Amino acid sequence: MPDPAIIAEGLQKSYGKVEALRGVDLRAEAGSVLGLLGPNGAGKTTAVRILTTLLEADAGSARVAGLDVKADAKQLRGRIGLAGQYAAVDENLTGFENLDMVGRLYHLGKPTARERARDLLERFDLSDAADRPAKTYSGGMRRRLDLAAALVAHPPVVFLDEPTTGLDPRSRIGLWETIEARVAEGTTVLLTTQYLDEADRLADRIAVIDHGTVIAEGTSDELKSQIGGERLEVKLRDTADEEKAIRALGGICDDVHAEFPLVTVPGHIPVADAVRALDDAGVAIDDIAVRRPTLDDVFLTLTGRPAEEVEDSDA
Amino acid sequence: MPEMVADALVILKRNLIKFRRQPEMLIGYTIQPIMFVLLFVYVFGGSIDTGMDYEDFLIPGIIVQNITFGGALTAVGLVEDLNKGLIDRFRSLPMARSAVLAGRTLADVVVNLFGVIIVILVGYVVGFRFSTSVPEVLYGILLLLLFGYAFSWIFALVGLYSTSAESAQQIGFTVIFPITFISSAFVPIQNMPAPLEAFAEVNPFTLAVDAMRHLFVGTPAGDSVWQATLWSVGLVAVFAPLAVMKYRKVSAR
Ligand SMILES: Nc1ncnc2c1ncn2[C@@H]1O[C@H](COP(=O)(O)OP(=O)(O)OP(=O)(O)O)[C@@H](O)[C@H]1O
Ligand SMILES: [Mg+2]
Repeated sequence: MPDPAIIAEGLQKSYGKVEALRGVDLRAEAGSVLGLLGPNGAGKTTAVRILTTLLEADAGSARVAGLDVKADAKQLRGRIGLAGQYAAVDENLTGFENLDMVGRLYHLGKPTARERARDLLERFDLSDAADRPAKTYSGGMRRRLDLAAALVAHPPVVFLDEPTTGLDPRSRIGLWETIEARVAEGTTVLLTTQYLDEADRLADRIAVIDHGTVIAEGTSDELKSQIGGERLEVKLRDTADEEKAIRALGGICDDVHAEFPLVTVPGHIPVADAVRALDDAGVAIDDIAVRRPTLDDVFLTLTGRPAEEVEDSDA
Repeated sequence: MPEMVADALVILKRNLIKFRRQPEMLIGYTIQPIMFVLLFVYVFGGSIDTGMDYEDFLIPGIIVQNITFGGALTAVGLVEDLNKGLIDRFRSLPMARSAVLAGRTLADVVVNLFGVIIVILVGYVVGFRFSTSVPEVLYGILLLLLFGYAFSWIFALVGLYSTSAESAQQIGFTVIFPITFISSAFVPIQNMPAPLEAFAEVNPFTLAVDAMRHLFVGTPAGDSVWQATLWSVGLVAVFAPLAVMKYRKVSAR
């Protein structure tokens, strides 16, 4: 098997008394997407900064694209693209000039840098604004320009720190498609996100970080089944039917929870069997559905807080 | 072309574009010396006895003072780049580590040349005249730019340690402003109280100003020309590596 594109072992980093990372292990196979999920202050950005050579870890080691982040930093910078948490664009340069500059600093050569700049401006829907100084851009436009800069050199490993924060739904889907296209070509992506649907859609594997440690790791499905798999939810019409419903469904499974109007049966229960049992018992229902846990449930269960609440509490 | 030079030129270009798109920065930088020339010539000129035309005495002093402040653009620019995360972007790229600072300070040289020309033009309006040979004048301008370049590196270091553009400028002005005044820039140092005179004598500004007076209007040079040149080279040699070292470690705020 080829070397993983990103491998980090025991990363530690403190800012004074704040322990931002307390021994983080990460791994992403070449051509895959690793999602880094975690509440504010979990250490996501710190991990990204270490992996992109901007910050040195206090302890631990990391290799990206086969290169050591410390010993081979200079060489590594030629093989990675970074879009940090806050858009880093030169406001006095136009969109085109920004991308052209980044391309030149990747040593792409003038014609290639220009061509890539035009191409990416189009891909990120910025062609109309290409020759306007970036200070006239909206927040989302700057963000897109910054993301384009991360991709200029076609680097084999790309780091995106909350790439879709501040993007409208159309731009968000556009970015997802761009990322998917790059990944299909073999690019490895590490992305941090607060949006669980984003991690669900893009990430092959997800690492959940909290308080500077990885508290869970796996595919989206693995994480969901870790906190309990599928369940059947029945919405009752009448409070009085609760006991009856429990008895009826008890014939199928003996672990029934009820809290009006919901009766929940864990496990993979054929809906038809449940409907039949309830019907036979004469229980009227409003709704019946198989529910799979969402990443939201995972986040809530693992970090003890729902994702949105965490975000809000910081605002 | 060596990579470092190519990278520095890319950064230089970016900074010059910035001056073109933010001309108001340059206006501040040019109006101040014009005001100084007019204030000194018309307010103090009559009461300062320099043993020569005050305009000829003053213009070399103003030019040197002005060029040292040109470096403040580097400090302010670097703080902005740090705060906007651009330095992070640059540090994540496979570019030469010294290129961001080199490109930044070279941009000052271009602006400084512009500043020198403005002061000389205003000087001509109030009565200043070159009275030396063309090579002397040209060497004078070259030495000015070199002296200014040295201060760009000092300001680069100040910028990398500052948390805001205002504080970078404040540090620059509160330290450098008095030093430029306790020199031969505006008044003959013989008239100063003894401790100030002692300081003014060893002040590199005095050397630079004396060198400029010699090269522009032919006053006696003493050791000033070669010493001012040496100071400039020495300051670059000390502050450029210090600034680059700090740049390697600096991070966004
Ligand atoms: N420069 C710094 N100085 C001091 N503390 C810092 C610094 N940068 C980060 N921290 C602290 O380190 C911890 C991890 O921060 P980090 O930015 O990595 O979190 P994050 O997971 O990216 O959060 P967010 O979702 O808000 O972006 C936080 O407690 C933060 O306060
Ligand atoms: Mg972050």
